[in-house]
Amino acid sequence: MIPVYLVPALPLAAFILISLTSLRKRQGLAPALLIAALAGSLGLSIALLVGVQSGRIASGSQFGFTWMAVRAIDPPLILRFSFLVDGLSALMMVVVSAVALLVQVYSLGYMRGDEGFGRYFAFMALFSFAMLGLVTSGNLLQTYLCWELVGLCSYLLIGFWYKKPEAASAAKKAFIVTRFGDVGLLLAVLALSYSAGTLSFTGLERAISAGTLTPFFFGGSAFLTVIALLIFSGAAGKSAQFPLHVWLPDAMEGPTPVSALIHAATMVAAGVFLVARTYFIFQAAPMALGVVALIGVFTAFLAATIALTQNDVKRILAYSTISQLGYMMLALGAGGMAAGMFHLTTHAFFKALLFLCAGSVIHAVHSNDIREMGGLARRMPITALTCAIGALALAGIPPLSGFYSKDEVLAAVQNSGYISALVGTGGQAVVLALALGVVFLTGFYMSRLWFVVFTREWHGHGESCTAHESPFSMTGPLVLLAALAAGAGLFGHPVGTLLGDASPESGATWLPAVSALIGASGIWLAWLVYWVRAYVPGKVKSPFALALYRGSQNNWYIDAFYTRVVARLVLGTAAVVAWVDRHVVNGMVDGVGWLAGRAGAWLRRTETGQLQWYAYVMVGGAVVLALLLSTLVVSR
Amino acid sequence: MSAIPLSWYLGLAAALFAVGLFGVITRRNAVAVLMGVELMLNAANLNLVAFWRYLRPGVMEAPVFVLVVVTIAAAEAAVGLAIVLSVFRNFHGVEVERLDLMKQ
Repeated sequence: MIPVYLVPALPLAAFILISLTSLRKRQGLAPALLIAALAGSLGLSIALLVGVQSGRIASGSQFGFTWMAVRAIDPPLILRFSFLVDGLSALMMVVVSAVALLVQVYSLGYMRGDEGFGRYFAFMALFSFAMLGLVTSGNLLQTYLCWELVGLCSYLLIGFWYKKPEAASAAKKAFIVTRFGDVGLLLAVLALSYSAGTLSFTGLERAISAGTLTPFFFGGSAFLTVIALLIFSGAAGKSAQFPLHVWLPDAMEGPTPVSALIHAATMVAAGVFLVARTYFIFQAAPMALGVVALIGVFTAFLAATIALTQNDVKRILAYSTISQLGYMMLALGAGGMAAGMFHLTTHAFFKALLFLCAGSVIHAVHSNDIREMGGLARRMPITALTCAIGALALAGIPPLSGFYSKDEVLAAVQNSGYISALVGTGGQAVVLALALGVVFLTGFYMSRLWFVVFTREWHGHGESCTAHESPFSMTGPLVLLAALAAGAGLFGHPVGTLLGDASPESGATWLPAVSALIGASGIWLAWLVYWVRAYVPGKVKSPFALALYRGSQNNWYIDAFYTRVVARLVLGTAAVVAWVDRHVVNGMVDGVGWLAGRAGAWLRRTETGQLQWYAYVMVGGAVVLALLLSTLVVSR
Repeated sequence: MSAIPLSWYLGLAAALFAVGLFGVITRRNAVAVLMGVELMLNAANLNLVAFWRYLRPGVMEAPVFVLVVVTIAAAEAAVGLAIVLSVFRNFHGVEVERLDLMKQ
C-alpha cells in the first residue's frame, strides 16, 4: 500500500519548515527542502500511477475518517475526510508534481538574489501542497478547501513583487474575478450536501446512478443541470473561461516560474480537473455538457484572436493558455473526458516549457516586450530550440504531443452527441470549424512569437545584443520539459485506459491530416510575414483591418467593458447599500441615542437642587402609592 | 370619655400632619421647616396615643413608643437647630433654597 496522503503532506511539511523556521533566510536550504519534498511526491505519484495502471492498486478512497456528521437533518450529512486514488487523480498527481519539481529547479536560477527568495519557496511549497491536496481529495468539500487555498497562493504569488502597483492590483483582480465563479461552486457544494447527504465523489456517483438524490428545487434532471452549471461556473473562474477570463493575462505580473506552474500547467487546469472529477454529474445533465463545450470553443477562439496581436511575450502565452483551456473544456463538453485530460497533460508540459523559455529570455533581456527582442537564437541556442519544440507541440505539428491530444479533442467534437443535441448538427459543424480555426491561429501566433524573438539579426538597441544563455539550473528543466512535450503524445492510449475510456476517440481519417495541415499553414503564413517579410504588417492601411487589429490588441474591449459597465454597476449598487446603511441603519442607531439624550435633558429639569421640591415629589409619590395600595385592598 | 369618637382624634392628627407637611414644603425659613417637622411628628404621636387608648388600653408599648418619639424629636430639634446655625454661618441666611449644593 502506497500512502497517498504523503503526496500532499511532503510539500506541506516543507512549507511549515520553510515558513516557521529561519530556513527561509538561508538561500540554499529552503529550495533544497522543497525540491526534495517534491521529488518524494513525484516518486510516490509515479508509483501510484503505475500501480493503478497495472491494476495492482485498486481504485477507491484511502485513509478516511469521519470529519463531521450532521444527523439532525434529513438526509443526515456524513462527511468523510479521505483521499481518492484512481486513474484521474494518479495522472494529475504525476503531472502536478513533475511540473512543480522542474519549475522549482528552474526557480533556483531565475529567483537567485531576489530579496523574497525564502518567501517565494514558502509560497510555492504551500501551493504544491494545496494543488496535490486538490487532486487527491476524496470529497467535494475537501476539494473546495484546497480550491480556495490554491486561489490564495495564486493571489500571493501574482502579487509576489507587491511593491509594484500593477502586481498588487493584478493579484486583487485575479482573486476577485475567480471569486465570482467560486460562489457558484460553493452553492453547488451546499446544494449537493443537502440533497445527497454525502459529498464524497464515490458516494455522489452512487447516489446519482441510483437516483436517490433528493432535489430540493426543480425536479430530477433540471436540478442536476443547475448543479452542473454551478460547478462549471467555479471551473470557468479558475480555468479562465469566458466571461471570467480577464484575470489570467494580468496574472502575468507574477514571477515567470509562477506563471509556468500556476497559471499555465496546474492551477488553471484545476477547473478542467474539477469538471472531469464530477463528470458523472455532467453526464447526468447532458445540456450542461453542451454549454461547457460551447463556452469552451468560444473562449478558445476569442483568446486565440487576442493572442495574435499582443506584444508582451507572457501575455501571448497567457491568451494561448486561455485558448487551450477552452479546448480542454470543449473536449470535456463534447463527451471526450479522456481527450480533455490528455490535452491537459500534454498542455501542462509544453505550456510550462514555453513559459520557462519566456522566463529564460526575459531573464536575459530584462524586458517582456517582443519588439525589444530579436536574433536571440544564436545567443541562446538551448532556449531557442526548446521553445521551438514547445511552439510546434502547441501548434499541433506531428509527431509532437500536441498533435495527438488536439486530434483526440477534435475527434471528440466530431463524434459528440452532446453538442449536436444542443445546437444541431449544423451547429456542431460550426464548432468543429471554430476548433480548426483555433489550430490555424495557434500556429500563427506561436510562430510569430518565435520568429520575432529568436530570428533575424537584431539591429536595435537594448540588451538583445548582449544577452547570453541562462545557467544550467534553468536550461536543465527546459530540456527535460522539451523531452516531455515532444514525447507525451505516446501516452494517449494509456491515458485513455487509465480514465476508463478504453478506445480513445477516433474521428474521420482526414481529421488529423487536415488539422496538421491547418496548423502548418498558420506557421507558413507567420513565416511569410515575420521571416521573409513578404507582407509587412505596418503597411496595412485598410481601416477595417486596423479596427480589427485594435480590437484584438485591446482584448476586444472586454476589460474596458467590465471597468466601465460592470464595475460601475457594482459600485452603484454599493453606493445605494452604503446610503441605506448610513442613513437608515445608522439613523436608527443614532435615533436611539438621540432619544436617550432628549429624555435625559427633559428629566434633568426635575433635578432642581431644591430640598423642598424633593420633599414635595416624595410626598406625591407616597400619595400615589397609597392610593394604588388602597384600591388593591378595596378591590380584594 | 366615649363621647368623643376615635375618628375625631384621627381627623385632628391628619389635619396636624397636613399643616406640618405644608409648612415643610412651603416655608423658606429653615427654622419654620423644622417646626413643620415637629408638627408632623406630634401628629403621628397623637395617632399612636389615640389608637392605644381606644383599641389596646391594656398594653404599654404605645405610650413607651410615644415617649421614645418625643425624646428623639427633642434630639432632632437640637441637631436640626445646630445645622440651621451652621447654615446661617456658611450661607449668611437660613433660606432653604440656598441649600442647592447637591445640584452642582
